[in-house]
Amino acid sequence: MKRALLKSLRRDMQSKTPACLVTNLESGQQLLIHPHELEGDLELSEALLEEARQALSKGKSGLLSDERHFAECLLPPARLMVVGAVHIAQKLCPMADQMGYEVTLIDPRQAWGTESRFPGLEILHSWPDEALKGLDLDSRSAVVTLTHDPKLDDPALLVALESPAFYIGALGSNRTHQKRLQRLSEAGRGPDFLARIHGPIGLSIGAQNPAEIAVSILAELTAVLRGAEIPGKVGRQG
Amino acid sequence: MTANPLYAASDEILGLAENWLDQRRTAALATVVGTWGSSPRPVGSHLLVDDAGDMMGSVSGGCIEGAVVEEAKQAMKDGKPRLLEFGVTNEDAWEVGLACGGTVRVYVEKLVADQ
Repeated sequence: MKRALLKSLRRDMQSKTPACLVTNLESGQQLLIHPHELEGDLELSEALLEEARQALSKGKSGLLSDERHFAECLLPPARLMVVGAVHIAQKLCPMADQMGYEVTLIDPRQAWGTESRFPGLEILHSWPDEALKGLDLDSRSAVVTLTHDPKLDDPALLVALESPAFYIGALGSNRTHQKRLQRLSEAGRGPDFLARIHGPIGLSIGAQNPAEIAVSILAELTAVLRGAEIPGKVGRQG
Repeated sequence: MTANPLYAASDEILGLAENWLDQRRTAALATVVGTWGSSPRPVGSHLLVDDAGDMMGSVSGGCIEGAVVEEAKQAMKDGKPRLLEFGVTNEDAWEVGLACGGTVRVYVEKLVADQ
């Protein structure tokens, strides 16, 4: 690998940009695939390039179909922004961390988002919409609102909806969610725009306590991240 | 972060590779490009080696590193990349000790400091 290409790859990794390094295993020639540009001395057919891009979207390194090229896919960890330092968040955040997400908790209420309630977690005490604007949400980001308070949840959802976040979910019953959609549509947002919100949040697994609700939310998040069919939706089974 | 250890490991090894090049050290990078059957380290795992034999990372549970380091030293000398295969069907592999019942293919390349 040439120094210039390694430097370029390092810049991608430091800025959490997905990158794929394709190597011809015979010649040693390499192509670095950035989201919007290509770099390097390897010429790759359109078909193999597309294969490498597909591999990158899944973060799955491996040989390409011709078995002569190796694609090393460096897909940064997914991020999860949790709005509301509530009791469900106390279960959700550590579980999401174990699943590999980089978790950020947002709650302007100082008494809620404390180190003792959330040991070792990154906590932002600014207003959720401001905090989310500063976090540069991308297609590897998920946003979950848990406060039940429209003052906190709604502005956060509006910022999330303007971003390419792969998952946006809002806690609350069917009725709460209908009221939420009503408020947001009164704020001038159309149904297609609002349809990206997973609400009520989570899969229908009969969750009864905070930890079970966290499982339900994270199961749905996983299904969306991995492109699996979503089995049962909370609040839609009756 | 526990579920994405490979990204974190690659971040560390490739960062070190960059440092070594900045320090004008002669180095080679080995990468697991394929595994069949059970293999201790996943595809994408790296081993970084310099010409004194200093190494970081791993491409197996420790059983083929010695052979990979030797090939890496050759690659540093002649500048040519190498594709190595170790497995239970290969008697040499038994000698170097990949007894985990799998096959692993490792690509070794010199890191080129020239601009």
